[in-house]
Amino acid sequence: MGLFSTQGQDAGFRVAMAGNPNSGKSTLFNLLTGLRQKTGNFPGVTVDLHVGYSRLANGKKIEIIDLPGTYSLFPKSIDEQVTAAVLCNEQHPNYPQLTLVVADSSNLKRSLYLCTQLIDIGMPVILVLNMIDVAQRKTIQIDVNKLSNSLGLTVVSVNSKDGTGLEELKKQIQISSFKSSLPLLQMNEISEHDWTGLQNVLKSNTAFDAFVQYINHNLFFKTNIDSQIKAFFSGKALNPIQLQTSESVSRFKLISEITSNSVSYKNREINPLTKQLDNIFTHKIWGFAIFLLVLFSIFQFIFTFSAWPMEWIENSFSWFSEIVGNALPKGILNDIITKGILAGLSGVVVFIPQIAFLFAFIAVLEDSGYMARVSFIMDKMMRKFGLNGKSIIPLISGAACAVPAIMGARTISNTKERLITILVTPLMSCSARLPVYTLLIALVVPSKNLWGIINLQGLILMALYLIGFIAAIGAAFVLQYIIKSKEQSYFIMELPIYRLPQGKQVAMVIYDKVKVFLFEAGKIIVAISIILWLMASFAPGESMLAIEKKYELTKDQYTEKERNNKIAAEKLEASYAGIAGKAIEPLIAPLGFDWKIGISLVTSFAAREVFVGTMATIYSVGDEADERSIRLKMKEEVNPYTLQPVYSTAVCFSLMLFYAFAMQCMSTIAVVYRETGGFKWPLIQFVFMAALAYLSSFGVYQLLK
Amino acid sequence: MHLAVILVNLLFITKERNCMSEILLSDLKIGEQGIIHHFNDQNIALKLMEMGCLPGEEVTLERFAPMGDPIAIVVAGYSLSLRKSEASSVVLEQF
Repeated sequence: MGLFSTQGQDAGFRVAMAGNPNSGKSTLFNLLTGLRQKTGNFPGVTVDLHVGYSRLANGKKIEIIDLPGTYSLFPKSIDEQVTAAVLCNEQHPNYPQLTLVVADSSNLKRSLYLCTQLIDIGMPVILVLNMIDVAQRKTIQIDVNKLSNSLGLTVVSVNSKDGTGLEELKKQIQISSFKSSLPLLQMNEISEHDWTGLQNVLKSNTAFDAFVQYINHNLFFKTNIDSQIKAFFSGKALNPIQLQTSESVSRFKLISEITSNSVSYKNREINPLTKQLDNIFTHKIWGFAIFLLVLFSIFQFIFTFSAWPMEWIENSFSWFSEIVGNALPKGILNDIITKGILAGLSGVVVFIPQIAFLFAFIAVLEDSGYMARVSFIMDKMMRKFGLNGKSIIPLISGAACAVPAIMGARTISNTKERLITILVTPLMSCSARLPVYTLLIALVVPSKNLWGIINLQGLILMALYLIGFIAAIGAAFVLQYIIKSKEQSYFIMELPIYRLPQGKQVAMVIYDKVKVFLFEAGKIIVAISIILWLMASFAPGESMLAIEKKYELTKDQYTEKERNNKIAAEKLEASYAGIAGKAIEPLIAPLGFDWKIGISLVTSFAAREVFVGTMATIYSVGDEADERSIRLKMKEEVNPYTLQPVYSTAVCFSLMLFYAFAMQCMSTIAVVYRETGGFKWPLIQFVFMAALAYLSSFGVYQLLK
Repeated sequence: MHLAVILVNLLFITKERNCMSEILLSDLKIGEQGIIHHFNDQNIALKLMEMGCLPGEEVTLERFAPMGDPIAIVVAGYSLSLRKSEASSVVLEQF
């Protein structure tokens, strides 16, 4: 993979970090690597790969990979499969020379299950005891030296909150010999079968390694292993579930023996503060009330405080674009750069404030332990709609942007529930719809107050968000009967103790998510913007030249600005985009849309907010138009046959519903393609969303007309 | 039937009657405890066991979600949430 360099004094090695969910593994990863990290994909699957670098005292640079949290080497979800695939296969491009098992000290036995499994497959391991302060508060005493002796490996205790023990950990990595320690669990404790035979056939490190390869053989990873295992076991009846059961029981027995002289428990009560907070957060009434209040505050905050940085970004881009436009000679190159690339980039960058705020909130809710409680209180309700308590997080995130939200559905282990979550999340009104809604609402809804306090326009806006949510859970309800699955649905999840989120950790999440958005979604949005710009700027034959010539003759009738705007509008009509808009006019006429709206629907495919820019061009208000001038132009627009205003209440509501439901987002399609591993589901999703949009727009237009 | 077998059977039955009773995890009331005896669903068992819910571990029902399901239990010193349907596959013994 070439992820780390092997030249000169930088000659380094690869260290993996594994551990249970909520063990503080990612915090420690961030402490070790700082900003020297990047996010990529594991080969073949779509789970994010976090790779970072750290420099040891001797100047050596090491590569550290942060693996998804897991409880064992027998995966139960896609995330966990990645961890097992990397750690159990020395041919894997990310296979490490050393694994740090990060253990939650207050749940040591559970952490040692994964740790001793890794030791037994022959992986060199350093055990990192994290959150020892929490353990001590729970009055669990751990004798690190004794534990280290019983396990036969290096044990380091760290505190990922303040970084205590970090230097010691780095030192231990530096002096590590990368040798595996002796296997702990005897294979005859698991089964009477002779696993050394399979070990020899598969050339595995240890007999237990062969056992793990056998248990996971239909998931894995190594080539030819399936046929080798089948050939080896031909005629022998083995029950993998029974074998795993027996492995768990014997291993936990072994762990109790190992820890008997090094770990002592005085009190196994749950943290009293956590208990009190749970009494409130999972209360019949207060639980839901607080959740709604949290949601309400998040949206208020996002919309209020991202407004000015967004404006600042847009202004900076138009300023920069003007400078570039003036500096370069006029022509196609100039237009491609300013109206294609820079306009596209601006459309991407402008979402950063909203995405940053949203993920800041999500990180705080997740790190504090509150998110697990939201899943807990919502699970029963969500289950009725074929979803899972864990679906609530992607759905809420979908209100900012479906792209990261869909990626967040990975924590759902059940394939069917995860698929339904992915399919319905884009129905939640994302932030790209907001500019469209704002423009259309201002056009037809008077800015009045209901009963003096409730802003009518704000009410309609909220209703649109609500409609999106209802459509999402409604679609989920239907989909649960259509998508078949034999897989069991689980909701077995730790409710971690409440912790104060750390600013640095939250900052890292924001940095990471913004980066993924910029480079993953950004690429596509910019590319499509350029294509759409080409479509809108070129026309078949000489028609563009003809328009310019026509206006050459009428030079004196208009001011230069007026003339330029009129030329732009006529050119757009003649362009390929205009042709496309006219071509779909018969199809969209029953929804109340004319060919001009048709052009916007076509160009909105890059990103929905392009609608506003396209309207500006169509109504020839020029590039520097603000929303108000577009709105005035649209208001004046009259249908040439009926002499009625084009943007009537019926048309605007029809248009709003169309934007609420239709899948007009290349980035989402791309991300669904990635997450579901094919074109089948994005295609189905596109069709059902289009059908929903068409039918509801049709209904509302015919009703209000 | 041999006398010995009858004796053993009798012993076993009286032991069951007097000292322990079996109850499903899903039937516990808040604050009630039990010790995990066995599981009726092997796949759920595997998931629960790797999270520390092993036969012999003591569990306490901590709370119900607001709509009565899922439930939260305390096991091995931490809180674990699971659905009632999942909990109904866990057989506990109570003294």
